[in-house]
Amino acid sequence: MTIAYRILPVIALSIVAAPALAVSNEPAVSDPSIVPSAPTLPVITDDENLLGQFGGREGLVRILDNVMERWMANPRTRPFFANSDRDRVKRQLVDQFCVIMHGPCTYDGRTMAEVHRGMNVSEASFYALVEELQITLNQLDVPFRAQNRLIAALAPMHRDIIDR
Amino acid sequence: MKKTIVFSASSRMAAAALCLLASAPALASESNETDATTADTIDRAETLGSDAMALAEMDEGQGQERADDSRRFFSPGGRLLLTGGVTQIEGAGGGGLAPWALIGTYGTRDQFGASAFATGVNSEDFSLSAYGGTIAYGNRIELSIARQNFNLNAVGAALGLGRTFTISQTIVGAKVRLFGDAVLEQDSLLPQVSVGVQYKDNNQPGVVIGALAARDDNDFDYYVSATKIFLSQSLLLNGTARATRANQFGILGFGGPTDNSYSVQFEGSAALLLNRHFAIGGEYRTKPDRLGFKEEDAFDVFVAYAPVHNITATLAYVDLGNIALRSQHAVYASLQFSF
Repeated sequence: MTIAYRILPVIALSIVAAPALAVSNEPAVSDPSIVPSAPTLPVITDDENLLGQFGGREGLVRILDNVMERWMANPRTRPFFANSDRDRVKRQLVDQFCVIMHGPCTYDGRTMAEVHRGMNVSEASFYALVEELQITLNQLDVPFRAQNRLIAALAPMHRDIIDR
Repeated sequence: MKKTIVFSASSRMAAAALCLLASAPALASESNETDATTADTIDRAETLGSDAMALAEMDEGQGQERADDSRRFFSPGGRLLLTGGVTQIEGAGGGGLAPWALIGTYGTRDQFGASAFATGVNSEDFSLSAYGGTIAYGNRIELSIARQNFNLNAVGAALGLGRTFTISQTIVGAKVRLFGDAVLEQDSLLPQVSVGVQYKDNNQPGVVIGALAARDDNDFDYYVSATKIFLSQSLLLNGTARATRANQFGILGFGGPTDNSYSVQFEGSAALLLNRHFAIGGEYRTKPDRLGFKEEDAFDVFVAYAPVHNITATLAYVDLGNIALRSQHAVYASLQFSF
């Protein structure tokens, strides 16, 4: 029984302190029939160190340029971007990620719930999108733990994104 | 008949060990995403061949890694690497020793998944080989079957059974996820919780009941597991409570001469994700002591490596506690193929 069981609760407790600090300025929902299940802008830090590990806003622009090509090349994610204004989608994701990481940005897009309504996104497509993002972040040398902090912030949005 | 099984099991172990050795260079040169993914690249080339549109989009991306997008019948794409765990020694999705609440394979909520595994455990005094398969549906239910062959070697000699004696057991398992999603629900502390059952059938009643004084040669284990991945910390924690009468996982039968009741045992696991492909961790598993052999708890430290969705290799050091002769330190090597 020994050490492992004495340490584990301590680790668990120290983790509890980690989740989102505040939900800032959620986008207004234009259609009252849509009730978001997770925040679109869950700010997860109170300084810009995390954003710095992504190369700041400029870094996010490079990241989205890179990953959008991947999403377009992957048959599992391509259908969701093929007929969209991809420059606009990239710009809004840059702003969204930037705000989540406490950056000096403004997100003027809609809630995740509204954006994804009717898109019929599968869980497999959702994970494919995340994996392409992970690969991009690796290629652009974003530290793994920083990647996971962003992805952990995005993960709860699955409730507004995945339909099946 | 017995000899054949032993032989096939040990050749599987050898194969698993070889594969692990083969992956060792990749182990050293990780972090380089482009190197680690030959299989991905081949998959991708095939997919692209049938997708002229995508080909037109890809100018020079063919040498770069992409998320699995091969057309697979069972789980195309699937959950994130390593988030299905591996196959534990009794066939359930989990770590090496403990079942986790995670449903094995990479299948998502509308997919089937399947996997096969081979594991070898080798100590100074015995060897254990295990192999089997799992099917899962919808990230909800997991059915598994595993065969364990315990080659007693020096342990057998100590028990008066000779150095080449083998005890085997077949384990049929089922696990159902009750609630929670260890990966997706990152804004909640609620873990993923699953319940499971393992039916174990030992093929040597004459030994385990006759010579060792266990009560039964077959029995059910029941367990409940809670698993949480704290993604922002790159950390996985699991706790499992198991009601069991098994002596040494059931290899030495079930129940003992003076105590035949179920007891609740605890299994804990912690793993740290180092990057997309590597995890390291440790596990602890308590066991009942019913045969008067001073059966002790087991623990391990492991490294798991998943270069692509289809393959996970696990290498571990296992301390199985005192078995018959002395404390048993073993090398554990396991290879899992997922589809």
